[in-house]
Amino acid sequence: MQEMLNVEDLWVSVGDRQVLKGVHFSMNYGEINMLFGPNGAGKTSFIMTLMGFPRYRVEQGKIYFKGEDVTDKDLYERAHLGLGVSFQRPPTVKGVTLRKMIEIMSNDGAEKGKLISHIEKLHLSGHLDRGLNEGFSGGEMKRSELLQLMVQRPELVLIDEPESGVDIENIALVGEAINSLLGKDKVKDPKRSAIIITHTGYILDFVNADEGYIVVDGNLVCRGNPRDILSEIKKHGYRRCAECR
Amino acid sequence: MPISDKYLSEVEVRAEKAKDKKAAFGPDIDLSRYTQHIERGKIESLEGLSQQAKEAAIMTGINLKEEQRSGSYMQVDQSVVYENLNKAYEGQLEIMSTTDALRKYDWMEDYYWKAVPVDQDKYTAQAALHMTHGYFIRVFPHQKPQYPVQSCLLVAENYISQNVHNIIIVEEGAELQVITGCTLSKSDAEGIHLGISEFYVKKGGKLFFTMIHNWAENFNVRPRTWIVVEEDGSFINNYVLLKPVKSIQAFPVAYLKGANASAKFNTVVYGLKDSYIDLGSRIILEGENTRGESVARTIAADESVIYSRGDLIAKTKGYCLAHLDCRGIVFSNKANIYAIPQLISAGALKAELSHEASIGPIAEEQVEYLMSRGISKEDAVSVITSGFLNLDIPYIPEFLDRNIKEVIQATAKEAL
Ligand SMILES: Nc1ncnc2c1ncn2[C@@H]1O[C@H](COP(=O)(O)OP(=O)(O)O)[C@@H](O)[C@H]1O
Ligand SMILES: [Mg+2]
Repeated sequence: MQEMLNVEDLWVSVGDRQVLKGVHFSMNYGEINMLFGPNGAGKTSFIMTLMGFPRYRVEQGKIYFKGEDVTDKDLYERAHLGLGVSFQRPPTVKGVTLRKMIEIMSNDGAEKGKLISHIEKLHLSGHLDRGLNEGFSGGEMKRSELLQLMVQRPELVLIDEPESGVDIENIALVGEAINSLLGKDKVKDPKRSAIIITHTGYILDFVNADEGYIVVDGNLVCRGNPRDILSEIKKHGYRRCAECR
Repeated sequence: MPISDKYLSEVEVRAEKAKDKKAAFGPDIDLSRYTQHIERGKIESLEGLSQQAKEAAIMTGINLKEEQRSGSYMQVDQSVVYENLNKAYEGQLEIMSTTDALRKYDWMEDYYWKAVPVDQDKYTAQAALHMTHGYFIRVFPHQKPQYPVQSCLLVAENYISQNVHNIIIVEEGAELQVITGCTLSKSDAEGIHLGISEFYVKKGGKLFFTMIHNWAENFNVRPRTWIVVEEDGSFINNYVLLKPVKSIQAFPVAYLKGANASAKFNTVVYGLKDSYIDLGSRIILEGENTRGESVARTIAADESVIYSRGDLIAKTKGYCLAHLDCRGIVFSNKANIYAIPQLISAGALKAELSHEASIGPIAEEQVEYLMSRGISKEDAVSVITSGFLNLDIPYIPEFLDRNIKEVIQATAKEAL
């Protein structure tokens, strides 16, 4: 079977800064991959490029999603092919409420009951009539991102630091939401796939990850068991990763 | 008892003197072009309007069945064709033409041309010398009719000068909502609408006023509005202009006379074709502890020119607080926006006045955010633009919302 995602020799720049330097990466359907790495290594750049944000200019290389070359496809097309992203820091959109956003995204009312239960579980009932991310706390932003993804239901979810800014009590909530998003809470659901960026690794307590990578200086290095990688980072930091290349 | 002849002739003398006085803003209009006069008969219900008139009225928020309305007033060209107070609200308020009110109440002397200066310019003069009705709405003390009064001022013919004089009185402790639609039933009509509005909000009263303007390419509009708000009173004004106009110039004034009085202006303007639009709001804070807020959202498309003015003028000895928030988006390289906020403190030592004015495009980042959720670029721009305009006005039907979305979709493309 072909891979779900295949990235070949990807070189990307933002402004005049080279952020990805020849990334090779592939993953299968149903996999959950974790990305670790120091600040500024290029983690966010990698998933934003996969999603197709035009600020991340692809200078060289190819991205294949479900066998299709999506390198030149725009955000909207990639979203419809099954890619979706939970932002590290989503922009504020004054005047467009979370409720409005969900309304536009959900094309039929069939799943309404489910949606209401998601809203309640994520403690977002009180945020529906506020502008998107307007005055949201870090945790509220993450929960609102996940809620939107539950409506969008992408096949490959790109999640950028789901635990950053989330207080300890709410980490479990976010973890469960991700599991539910990935259909891992039900045996029958087709397994959806994810690339999750984590700084702390807390999320590993909730999500059953398959592979881990460390991103260093615009490259993915040290593929391995995510828990092993995490304990290695906790012991030695990222120093040894540079040697690992 | 009617208003005294003495007062009426004083008004006339002052108006005569201002007959050729040009206005401070906006292109000067030759009023001698608009001399057509048409008398129209009464109708039994709003359903009795012509098909064209009905459609035009609906587009300004008028409910033809008068559902969720406490009463209606409708004028076509120079004639009052319909006035009705819903039975359930008798004893709470009265609705009639201003002409009738001047015949009926001698105390109209305290209101008629008492807020708007009759000699302000040639337009106020014309409205005084050739008044063609206008609505009079008075809500009695401590009455709070549940639903709004709707009024529609419609022009159906060419070369009409519709010179209406509207007076609203909100008596002590009373509350009133008004929806006014001003429109044309013939989209190529040439003419002018002169609307004098004098609103009085008495102690502890509340007036919630919404005005929707639907004009067209050959039509000129010169409203002249003053609102006097007494102690503890409040005034909220929503103004919406989403259709082309040849020229419109208005600078309504909220005069916060009593302590704790407040005023809020929400202005939504969409400039289309070669519209010349000069709109603003002025809040005079005279009473102690008065509050004012002025929010304007403007979009200039096609070859339109928009002046968005806002004045906050503090005159109080005590504390007052007012803020002006004026934002614009230019959708076309042939369109212009001038945002002109002005703060004035006339020896008001404790006044806190502030403003933010900005002109800039829709943030790319926001459009991309919505696109990444599977929303097309066009829809994303439309949703964000609607959100920017913030047309969240109660009792305004959904179709207006849809209408604005269509306008945005048609004009935003150029800006993408
Ligand atoms: N908009 C931008 N303009 C300039 N440099 C940027 C921009 N966004 C990111 N960068 C730079 O690109 C590098 C990679 O950033 P990022 O992918 O966000 O890292 P990470 O998510 O691993 O912390 C950093 O050095 C960062 O400063
Ligand atoms: Mg990052």
